[in-house]
Amino acid sequence: MKEDYVFLAFENLKHRGVRSWLTLVGIFIGITSVVALISLGNGLQMAVNSQFGISSTEIISVQAGGIGLAGPPGSGDVNPLTMEDMKEIEKISSVKRAIRRNLPLAKLEFNDIVVFGIAINIPDGEDRKFVYEVLNLGEALVGRLLKDGDNNKVVLGYNFYADKVGLEKSIKPGDKILLHDKRFEVIGITKKRGSFIFDNIAYVNEEPLKELFDYGDEVDVIAVQVKDKESMNKTKEEIEKILRKTRDVKVGEEDFEVSTPEASLETVNSVLGGVRAFIVIIASLSIIIGAIGIANTMSTSVMERKKEIGIMKSIGATNGQIFLQFFVESGLLGLVGGLIGVILGILIGFVGIVALNNFIGAETVSEINWILITSSLIGSFMVGAIAGIVPALNAAKENPVEALRS
Amino acid sequence: MLKRKYIIELKKVAKFYHMGDNIVKALDGVNLKIKKGEFIAIMGPSGSGKSTGMNLVGSLDVPTHGTIYLDGQDISALSESELAQIRGRKVGFIFQSFNLIPNLTALENVMLPMMFLGKEKEKREERAEELLNLVELGNRVNHYPGQLSGGEMQRVAIARSLANNPDVILADEPTGNLDTKTGIKVLEFLEKLNDQGKTIVMVTHDLELAEKHSDIVYWLKDGRLNKVTKGKRRIYHSKKKPVKRKE
Repeated sequence: MKEDYVFLAFENLKHRGVRSWLTLVGIFIGITSVVALISLGNGLQMAVNSQFGISSTEIISVQAGGIGLAGPPGSGDVNPLTMEDMKEIEKISSVKRAIRRNLPLAKLEFNDIVVFGIAINIPDGEDRKFVYEVLNLGEALVGRLLKDGDNNKVVLGYNFYADKVGLEKSIKPGDKILLHDKRFEVIGITKKRGSFIFDNIAYVNEEPLKELFDYGDEVDVIAVQVKDKESMNKTKEEIEKILRKTRDVKVGEEDFEVSTPEASLETVNSVLGGVRAFIVIIASLSIIIGAIGIANTMSTSVMERKKEIGIMKSIGATNGQIFLQFFVESGLLGLVGGLIGVILGILIGFVGIVALNNFIGAETVSEINWILITSSLIGSFMVGAIAGIVPALNAAKENPVEALRS
Repeated sequence: MLKRKYIIELKKVAKFYHMGDNIVKALDGVNLKIKKGEFIAIMGPSGSGKSTGMNLVGSLDVPTHGTIYLDGQDISALSESELAQIRGRKVGFIFQSFNLIPNLTALENVMLPMMFLGKEKEKREERAEELLNLVELGNRVNHYPGQLSGGEMQRVAIARSLANNPDVILADEPTGNLDTKTGIKVLEFLEKLNDQGKTIVMVTHDLELAEKHSDIVYWLKDGRLNKVTKGKRRIYHSKKKPVKRKE
């Protein structure tokens, strides 16, 4: 029997005027915003997370100043970290090892075209293995990774091979490039990472890079491996304490930043969460406005269809049956708005992810979130149905004789 | 329930409406008895209480005073839900302006009263088709009211009034919106139903129509039963089995 009311509601909805459909704008804007932004938000989160490109959560990174977005970490800092700082950190009992990371901004020339990117140092010996592991490098896509004693040799990120860095020619192992005006041989290309940073980077061994950029004792980032993951926060605090001492700064005036990947992700996620909450508020307001629109449309519809209500009552419809018909119709009105919203939201989310991928070079895949879709559809039906309760009650209470006379 | 001789019985039925400080007496102390299988006409000028009487008999409304028995059941003080059930099962309405649901096809319109009684879809469809064939609209089942002529719409309304096989058909000015030829056809259908045993109560202000097609004509004036005359149909009063009229 329930399907009969759905059928009746559909028949009535089919014959609705543009005015009725316009009241759905609120609902579908709300649902579109929710679906698009949750999809985009998830995509953005995945994209940002992938940019970190670090699989290990046991690494604490220490750098001078804050997280700079305009250049490589530590670049342009007045008071950079030094090897002295690193040695002090190594003395902490819970620290397994501390490794210097230098990421100078490098000029790279190939095919008579100059591009700028980040070069990164790869240490020798055991630390090399550790860095490869931390950077999740595995093995090269073509050629090989650096090993001890590789002077004047460079391994490049995937985008150099895929001709995505503006050199108008793909770089392959065996090619010669100029790095900071010095000739280097490309010996390998790393696998595609889907990360803007790691697909555009040049890996060079410690000594040649130090010689090339002459950064001496300065360190951009100190990567600290802790012995026990549990002691991560305690170690972080100890590093901060030691650096405050070596750099002679007070609490709250630190010119360095000690961060764990988890904390960094948390920061990003909390920003995204804030954006999401804001969008949810906007979407909720749209949905409330939409619900008011539906209530208004249904009230008008009850008035316009007073005679129809009278006819139905004259042929045996009970008050409950009249209520059910208008209630279902109102819910379906909301559902239609929700359906349009879900389709539009998914499209916007998809287009947004594609744009994001193109913009930051990430490889995020737009996922269809069935829970989100189902709850959006159920939610929009509920919003419509709840908005229709009062008009449906009014319809049910119509006096059949008066309704027939109208 | 007491078994009664009459299918419709009105005892001192009154219906008053409050219009501001005034009380309008639409019906005032009407006594009326209608036997099963009768074709009766209710005549009277506008405002005489014809439609009010029909609404009360059709359980669309309840009287201010008095008692109404429909098929032996007192329907004077029932709840709206109970009245709806009675309307669905025992009464079929035919209105002057057809009163079909415009968004539904002829078939769906006829199926509607059965839906409210909870009949299965297949059975509803089968019965609706059968009834539309009966009113000679078998080829119009999927037409919407807007695609039908006035006569066809009224025939759909007749089919709809029969959907739940009620004993009583209440027709309020059934030919009022139709031309003479189409009106005659509609009345022929009503006579056919009467021949099959249905009790027909027709409200009209057309004397010729009332006298020609009914067994008894009740005259209402100012809410009171004014006089009762015999119609020319009179087949029921012979106490013989109803004879089918010649087509």
